[in-house]
Amino acid sequence: MRQEKNPLPHDNLYTWKKPSFIRNPWLRYGFILLIAVYLFYAFSTLSLDIQRVIRGIPRAKQIFSSAFPPNFAARGTLIVTGFIESIQITVLATTAGVLLSIPFGLMAAKNITIMPVYVFGRAVIIVSRSLHPIVLGVLFVKAVGFGAFAGVLTLIIYTVGFVGKLIAEAIEEIKFGQIEAIRSTGAGYLTILVYAVFPQIMPRLIGLTMYQFDINLRASAVIGLVGAGGIGNTLNSAFGRYDYGTASAILLVMIAVILVVEAISGKLRRFTK
Amino acid sequence: MSSLTSGPLKELGKESYHWERFTPKQRFFRYFSYLIVVVILYWTLSSLDIYWPWVWSAPIEIKDMFSRMIPPNPRALSEIIPALIETINIATIGTVFAVLISLPIAYFGANNVSPNKVTLAIARVIIVSSRSIDTMIWALLFVAIIGPGPMAGVFAITFRAIGFLGKLIGESIEEMDWGPIEALQSSGASKSHIISYAIVPQVLPTFWAVAILRWDINIRESTVLGMVGAGGIGMLFQVAIDLFRWRDVSMVLFSIIFVVLFGEIITGMVRKKLI
Repeated sequence: MRQEKNPLPHDNLYTWKKPSFIRNPWLRYGFILLIAVYLFYAFSTLSLDIQRVIRGIPRAKQIFSSAFPPNFAARGTLIVTGFIESIQITVLATTAGVLLSIPFGLMAAKNITIMPVYVFGRAVIIVSRSLHPIVLGVLFVKAVGFGAFAGVLTLIIYTVGFVGKLIAEAIEEIKFGQIEAIRSTGAGYLTILVYAVFPQIMPRLIGLTMYQFDINLRASAVIGLVGAGGIGNTLNSAFGRYDYGTASAILLVMIAVILVVEAISGKLRRFTK
Repeated sequence: MSSLTSGPLKELGKESYHWERFTPKQRFFRYFSYLIVVVILYWTLSSLDIYWPWVWSAPIEIKDMFSRMIPPNPRALSEIIPALIETINIATIGTVFAVLISLPIAYFGANNVSPNKVTLAIARVIIVSSRSIDTMIWALLFVAIIGPGPMAGVFAITFRAIGFLGKLIGESIEEMDWGPIEALQSSGASKSHIISYAIVPQVLPTFWAVAILRWDINIRESTVLGMVGAGGIGMLFQVAIDLFRWRDVSMVLFSIIFVVLFGEIITGMVRKKLI
């Protein structure tokens, strides 16, 4: 053991330690302390109560025992029509949403627009990205009434927020050589867009559309909870009637449909690459 | 037309050669996919249960709704601010729980380190079912089990995030380099030493990136939990909507946008610093 001790007087050969993320120890421990205090405080405000969990266990048992086996038969046709409606909402919203997010994406791309337009485009995208589809769903159900149309509008805004942002980012990364080449032929703005900008973002856009279809299908299942059509409506009424057998059947079909669509959209995305 | 089928090279010298981007086969494939898209759209539009008069009156209705929201009511802030803090707390505590639970699940769900097939299958089933059920549906379930309140929200956030974190961290375990592990094995290190000196350092960057990303997502999700009674700002939103207090609604909407942007800015800063 003695020999392992550092023999050199100036000990720059001391045992190696991983350099810390924050150099200054005061800052480092202060930061950790701050986070610990916040977590402790947050934990204490949420009235987490183990007693309630224990009291919930028999209720959970009751719910799960009535949920299994899942009951596909009782509301079979409702489940099928609900899923068809969800898929239809997703198709319409993805198509319209992607078409609409192209102009907003163009507006929000810093390198090809002027400042006021850029600010407007970014603002639209930020607002539609920040609001959860359920919040939008409630607003549209209030504005245009219950049903699939409110769901379509909701998912269109949701799509604009997500796809619009990524289109803008894709446009900000394009090469300017092609734009200059087209411009030097005397082309106007629209020609430049069609021949120099779109070809560069098209692969990304197609991949994004597939991905968004997948996301929208998931979202369309939940916006039904607030009355915006689709399988979520069916699920909500199953929960409301304490019909947990049907609810678990819907959840199982939902998992299956989402996995299938995820696999298909993944395949298609790889194919378009 | 025949320039491509009879071989473009032969035709190159001639004036008649004209360039085409796609071969006939590609063109057929493209038009065929367009046709499929059009057919699907037609089927959707013709059979979807939409009451068209409501569609045509939608712009007026939406404009009417927004005109009632202006100006936002600042007096609602006295209720909104505590609810916003609760929203952030639910997201944070839910993320912490999910991270702690997802680590072992990620380890068992990675096919290169999982001890055996049974643990792999169990972890995969947990990941898939957690991921496929939305936070709101988890929230409905937990409100039914443990009653309304932020605790149900924390559980909902946790149960949805376990699958997300488990999948992404598990994938990063699967992609790691085996060199360090073999080096440690050859020096006779124990299992726990291998985990802490060969696996953890390789997975740590992904782990932080994914955890921060999930916190950001969880803030968005926790803004709506209250609508099914699981705590946070969502309840105020629902109440304001139900009472037709449109000016409170717009104030709540502004504060939701504010808190989501706040989360995004913080995660952006931490990410830049950390990775």
